Amino acid sequence: MRFSIYRYNPEADDKPRMQAYDVALEPTDRMLLDALVRIKAHDDTLSFRRSCREGVCGSDAMNINGKNGLACITRIADLREPVQIRPLPGLPVVRDLIVDMSQFFKQYDSVKPYLVNNDPPPEKERLQSPQDREELDGLYECILCACCSTSCPSFWWNPDKFVGPAGLLQAYRFIADTRDQATNERLDNLEDPYRLFRCHSIMNCVDVCPKGLNPTRAIGKIKDLLVKRTV
Amino acid sequence: MGLPVRLFDAVIVGGGGSGMRAALELARADLKVAVLSKVFPTRSHTVAAQGGVAASLGNIDEDNWHWHMYDTVKGSDYLGDQDAIEFMCRKANEVVYELEHLGMPFDRLAGGKIYQRPFGGHMRDYGVSPVPRACAAADRTGHALLHTLYQANLKARTQFFVEWMALDLIRAQDGSVLGVTALEMETGEVMILQAKATVFATGGAGRIFAASTNAFINTGDGLGMAARAGIPLQDLEFWQFHPTGVAGAGVLITEGVRGEGGYLLNKNGERFMERYAPNAKDLASRDVVARAMATEIKEGRGAGKDGDCILLKLDHLGEETISKRLPGIREIAKKFANVDPVKDPIPVVPTCHYQMGGIPTNYHGQVVVPKNGNPESVVPGFYAAGECSCVSVHGANRLGCNSLLDLLVFGKSAGEKVIQDLKQDGKSHRALPNDAGELTLSRLARLDGQKSGERVAEVSADMRRTMQQHCGVFRFPDLLTEGVRKIKDVAERVSRTGISDKSRTFNTARVEALELDNLVETAVASLVSAEARKESRGSHDRADFHQRDDANWMKHTLWFKQGSRLEYKPVHTQPLSVETFEPKARVY
Amino acid sequence: MVKREVVGAHYGLRDWLAQRITAVVMVVYTAVILSVVAGLPRMDYWQWKVLWQTPVVRYATVLVILCLLFHTWIGVRNIFMDYIKDPALRLALYVLTIGALVWYGVWSFRILWSA
Repeated sequence: MRFSIYRYNPEADDKPRMQAYDVALEPTDRMLLDALVRIKAHDDTLSFRRSCREGVCGSDAMNINGKNGLACITRIADLREPVQIRPLPGLPVVRDLIVDMSQFFKQYDSVKPYLVNNDPPPEKERLQSPQDREELDGLYECILCACCSTSCPSFWWNPDKFVGPAGLLQAYRFIADTRDQATNERLDNLEDPYRLFRCHSIMNCVDVCPKGLNPTRAIGKIKDLLVKRTV
Repeated sequence: MGLPVRLFDAVIVGGGGSGMRAALELARADLKVAVLSKVFPTRSHTVAAQGGVAASLGNIDEDNWHWHMYDTVKGSDYLGDQDAIEFMCRKANEVVYELEHLGMPFDRLAGGKIYQRPFGGHMRDYGVSPVPRACAAADRTGHALLHTLYQANLKARTQFFVEWMALDLIRAQDGSVLGVTALEMETGEVMILQAKATVFATGGAGRIFAASTNAFINTGDGLGMAARAGIPLQDLEFWQFHPTGVAGAGVLITEGVRGEGGYLLNKNGERFMERYAPNAKDLASRDVVARAMATEIKEGRGAGKDGDCILLKLDHLGEETISKRLPGIREIAKKFANVDPVKDPIPVVPTCHYQMGGIPTNYHGQVVVPKNGNPESVVPGFYAAGECSCVSVHGANRLGCNSLLDLLVFGKSAGEKVIQDLKQDGKSHRALPNDAGELTLSRLARLDGQKSGERVAEVSADMRRTMQQHCGVFRFPDLLTEGVRKIKDVAERVSRTGISDKSRTFNTARVEALELDNLVETAVASLVSAEARKESRGSHDRADFHQRDDANWMKHTLWFKQGSRLEYKPVHTQPLSVETFEPKARVY
Repeated sequence: MVKREVVGAHYGLRDWLAQRITAVVMVVYTAVILSVVAGLPRMDYWQWKVLWQTPVVRYATVLVILCLLFHTWIGVRNIFMDYIKDPALRLALYVLTIGALVWYGVWSFRILWSA
């Protein structure tokens, strides 16, 4: 099977290049990550991140044949040859398929992604009805792989100012939590032409999310709340 | 001494559940703390835990910590330390409620309380019938827990060193621990992180087996570092084989599937667990179920084309329950087994999952080693929690959901103990020994200088094969003896591996070579300890000694790297406040 | 100068909302005008002139032109915000855009009242 993989080692290369690999795969190699691990066994200079190999840790996000996804849950059989593999677009490349994600995490941090509740905690759990808990479905499952934000043109152009789909999804995860008391502060934090309103609802994020989440819908709900607050 | 030094009050190695739970405790105490993690913290393997965290909240049926404690002692096949087990089970509700207060998105019951589901080995009334004790967030409990802890640490402004790998432990002449050497992966820089307290929360080494539910990063780094620094490793013959890993892929399918009502079938469509565990059936503890499955396969009743797997049936739960309670499982089954569990059963096999053994600690999280006749003398400045530690609450077999509980309880208590110790005598840093960092530098220099050598990938594949063939669910004397010889041979080869990548920037080849150093220590310890234990207990099942032998073997193994020597120490049979649970035959 | 990210302008919602409301106004207007024109028994220059001399149509058209200009302003400014990083250049482009839009507005009203 043929692969064409983005290579860049800042110590040795002036500029990035695409390297061709021809690999004989075993029948047990079912996902793209299996193939990458096999390639690495022959060429140990190829660098990429990986951990859980089952799509829950979010390490091995990359651009596969032009679309962002997780290598560990991308079936080799579904890929067109030669498989073009590049790092996530829009973030600085550290080496090969490894990108510097600090800008992405900075935006995540900026939405204060933690529960704020200033009441003294009860002795047992805070109660929450199953219906209220259901509001968090489709939000809390985010694995911070950055597939969505790095497929969003608004994030490419303004990664420093636009929170991006992943961060906004998490912002709404806490707005939607009945136990959280900081909705107003959270809305204040987002009411900005850049932080929230760079989203033009083109839904690239929905298209690529490996967990099937819908950041655009969450962003829409934040906008609805802002309208409700103003009107 | 050639390495730059940075000073901290405490260094936590590992950013998974236990590391971040400990960090949270320390962040509130106004200490200068560094949390090192090989990966961004939410990528740690805790994220993959599925079914739940055990606590006797009694939200659905009556429950209490006494029953939980009994189940854990029995599940451990009486090798667990009963003081530590009591400590953990009594603390369970508190740590789960704390987690809820931090924002953990637990599923809910109609009245708004935390949802609980039955899990293997968790019973009411001292083993009578299953009780819902696993507090769950769908089948993504670990993910929800790890993200909640990370978020809480963000709020507490914990200082993370992301993509830093600890390489070696630094010990003073008198044995106390003074910190670690560590590699910043992005730049290739090596540093000494000196600390008054060093907490290991490095997770397990499940990657020593070929078929494993574990992530690539589970390479037993803490165990390797400890072993190289002369700390013994405890009870490593006990490896949990999870009954339901996806056949061929190794990906975990939670016991929660059986907790929700799923069950196992052999090729004849027989619900065979009724024969092996008439009472608990599919919810017997994991060692029992895994052995039953292996027996079915061995005796020719395995399903699948080659008769080498078992079927996990859950379609009768209905699409609604599956989508609501087990959405991740459906995703995994579709992706990795090509079946939709709403219609078809999932092919599964017992797969290496959890390391019951580890760095010996007491229930305060302090590392303890034999010294001057005391089998449990505290190593000053050294703490461990989570899967890398052996408290021992899991003994010879862990109950499902007790691992998330373990990392919460002992992560917290290790944090508390560090604070207490630093308050007492944590005024200043001690001088580093002259040779601090030398071991690390020599390991790195060897990799840099090695012109040729076996590939890391080949040697580690041989290690995994050896462990799989010689130290699996069923263990045979001749295979064990041969395995010990083979694994020592592999360890020899590990010291001669070569990498072609010599660059500094994010050199993952170097990282993998350094990880193999750690893996192989665990592998040797496991096989040597397994070969020596002449009985069957919990997950350790020997063909030649088929019975548990309490008279001779109710004791913990300690493996020392130097000379690959074994020692033993007694099990704590005395709980903190209740009466001892005396060993008896273990039936489910 | 300190390189600091400054965010939190506390506007954006008004513009976002305005863009949607103006869009609705324009859609409704277009639909009404099209149906009126389609409903006319015959269509010639005099008919056309009468239509635009009707006060309701004329003031509705004024409203729609204002909506269109505002809608355009928000949209074009959004594009500049996305792509133009230099504040001075962006400000210059804003001024040019406003100038052009005002010019288009004046021009449109002149056409409307010359009908």
